[in-house]
Amino acid sequence: MIESLTVLLVCQLVGEVIARASGAPLPGPVIGMAILFVGLALRGRVPEPLQETTRSILDHLSLLFVPAGVGVMIYLPLIADEWLPIAAAIVIGTLITIAVTAWIMNVLLGRTGRSEDTGGREK
Amino acid sequence: MRSELQEIWVYLSTTPLLGLTVTLCAYVLGYHLYRKCRFNPLLNPVLVAVLVLVALLLASETPYSRYFEGAQFVHFMLGPATVALAVPLYRHFHLVRRSALALGVALGCGSVTAVLSGVGIAWVLGASRETLLSLAPKSVTTPVAMGIAEQIGGLPSLTAVLVILSGITGAALGTFTLNIVRVKDWRARGTAMGVASHGIGTARAFTVNEVAGAFSSLAMGLNALATAILVPVLIALLT
Repeated sequence: MIESLTVLLVCQLVGEVIARASGAPLPGPVIGMAILFVGLALRGRVPEPLQETTRSILDHLSLLFVPAGVGVMIYLPLIADEWLPIAAAIVIGTLITIAVTAWIMNVLLGRTGRSEDTGGREK
Repeated sequence: MRSELQEIWVYLSTTPLLGLTVTLCAYVLGYHLYRKCRFNPLLNPVLVAVLVLVALLLASETPYSRYFEGAQFVHFMLGPATVALAVPLYRHFHLVRRSALALGVALGCGSVTAVLSGVGIAWVLGASRETLLSLAPKSVTTPVAMGIAEQIGGLPSLTAVLVILSGITGAALGTFTLNIVRVKDWRARGTAMGVASHGIGTARAFTVNEVAGAFSSLAMGLNALATAILVPVLIALLT
């Protein structure tokens, strides 16, 4: 657990350094994700403790967005003046994006052959 | 008795313990509700926990900055958690490789749609220029979105809020949208969530299916890159 957390933090730190040094339009943690991915690919498998640690973190990924979500309360006055265009842009825009992306990908996957193990529908 | 209670409150409200504990309690409450209702997306635990916490903070007249002193420990874990997304991505990479072309095209179209639909709708409804520019990167993960907003002349703090709201919207309503367009493939469902609703959509995708989560993680990362390149170009073309 501690070793796995250390691995995650080291990847993030290196990612952070690369992000600052290169000025790439990506946050440090996303570059850290790429670094860990390359590490796993070189190693050829996921070590069991890392698998367990990441699963327990990702099982409750939602929790980590709560503090930033609460931050919305102090910026609500910024939205108040133009709440209608903003609300419409967010709700309609987000749902159109989901529909368009999923539909295009689904059509293209259908052409290149769909793999039987990923079909399904949530309840 | 009353003054004693007040003393305890004064003490607790200055330590990070309280902010951290109420964050976890609100989330646990939200999560139980979510599970009890068989992971109904409308009861998204981020949404429920945020509503509970905002009500508590307003009722106790606690400023956000004081709450955040405790909550920052949870917030900090976002970084390592983002790195951790590499693991499911690696485990399902054979699927990613086989669908690379579809993923690339869908991602590009999704990225353009996210920017144009958001800005377009707000423009039609008469939003100010600053708001339009702040809306452009709303589907991208927060730090990148704020960077883009700053670069093009939007308000980074406004963008941060719009990003969170887009995430919660996608996580809560994305499932219905995907069912309406009748896309059942987990790879396509996950990719759509990651493109439109970044980390919060990815969290929802993981609750539902690990393959969807892996595709959503990748789509979130790639969309950050695509939007950072695309938005300045689109702004230059449109203005």
